[in-house]
Amino acid sequence: MDKIFSRMGDGSALWLTPEELRHELRSGMEDAADMGKIPPLSEDELEHLYDICADPRKVVTVKPGNEVVHSFDAGTLKFPLRGGLPIDRLGTVLAHERAMCSDTFEMGHVDYSFKPVKAIISEERQAMEQVQLNATMPVYYGAMPNLGLYTKPDGPIDNWSELLPKGMLNEALAAQEEAMEMAIRDICYVAEAMHESGADGINFDTVGASGDADVLASLKAAEQLKKAFPEMHIEMGMAGEFVLGMHGRLEYDGVRLAGLYSHQQLKVAEKAGVDIFGPVINSKSSKSTPWNIARSCTFVKACTEIASIPIHPNAGMGVGGVPVTSTAPVDAISRASVALIEIGKADGL
Amino acid sequence: MAFLHELATGMGGVRTAGDLVARAMASKGLRIGEAKKYVAEKIGVSVFDLSDSQVMREVREDLNIGHVLVRPGGALGIEAKIRIAELLGIEINSVKRFKEKAGLEY
Repeated sequence: MDKIFSRMGDGSALWLTPEELRHELRSGMEDAADMGKIPPLSEDELEHLYDICADPRKVVTVKPGNEVVHSFDAGTLKFPLRGGLPIDRLGTVLAHERAMCSDTFEMGHVDYSFKPVKAIISEERQAMEQVQLNATMPVYYGAMPNLGLYTKPDGPIDNWSELLPKGMLNEALAAQEEAMEMAIRDICYVAEAMHESGADGINFDTVGASGDADVLASLKAAEQLKKAFPEMHIEMGMAGEFVLGMHGRLEYDGVRLAGLYSHQQLKVAEKAGVDIFGPVINSKSSKSTPWNIARSCTFVKACTEIASIPIHPNAGMGVGGVPVTSTAPVDAISRASVALIEIGKADGL
Repeated sequence: MAFLHELATGMGGVRTAGDLVARAMASKGLRIGEAKKYVAEKIGVSVFDLSDSQVMREVREDLNIGHVLVRPGGALGIEAKIRIAELLGIEINSVKRFKEKAGLEY
């Protein structure tokens, strides 16, 4: 029997029989349903997923009419920084608009966190104003809350990751709370400035990378910004499918943040006034790509079914069913992309 | 990575109506189906046509709202966005700021 070409979660090649592929899909779906306490996919959806993953063509696409609009993280970092191309950010934006045909784009600083942007806000504003004069598509400004940057030696606060192993629990909690207040001020400062320079919105990226305090800082910043500027568009992309309880006791509007899965993260984001929510489902390198895609679709569908705002799941390296590698194979990426739209019912990526 | 997503599942940006649908989605808080319907009604095409580069080239040129093919005399950037804001009945932040800075009525 001919085997189906597939991938492992680290991007390496894998050949599966039809029965093995079906088993991988069901197993990934069941893992998500079990972990998130969310509904499983239907048998029809599993069969549709099988068709996507078993397609013999290298690249698969959605059916005409099923296209969605995409947003970015690390937008202007991709050409000049990662690719080393001698092109500035304005050139990068226009290349994405008129050559790559991106639906929207995002401008960011190489350090890509709100804290370092604060010191160069004038230069960032100038760049955004140039971009907005020249670009036709929507261009957001993006950065990460990145609470870790507020700890010594980069910042003034004791590092909770060093305090916790020493048993200094109260000091570790207080340090996170202090960092959170600093991050809120920095996020609001930068977001307001970029809004004044014409940005089409602000993208909070990799929210929760430092745990629940990182999430709470972002939610509170979003809430404050929407109160001051109701017309400001805020997109919130998460760091993981599960909020790490580095603090453990933090709550937003009576909901404890530690341990929230994607569909629960969505609800607190909606309450904070976020306009577009980006769930992140982490890929497992030791599992197959079909397993990871089925798992991601199950989590994303749990979001899209209850969302009152658009859902743009992250589908970069190592998330959303895409293998954990910096050069993910096109066959795997296209299958994850199509599955998140046609099975997960996402509004974009 | 991003390019492949755009190829596999994206609308096509200013080559089609991707930028317009994205603006409707953000400005009106619409899910993808509603955003497409909103834009289709505003520019007078079917929802299916929104992702058709053949149809949308003519529509964008007729409406003069910017396109991947940059033509002499054609609106681009802020010029196109002023038209898009009026066409879709939405506020575009950069258009508002531009009009304020240029001393134009808003």
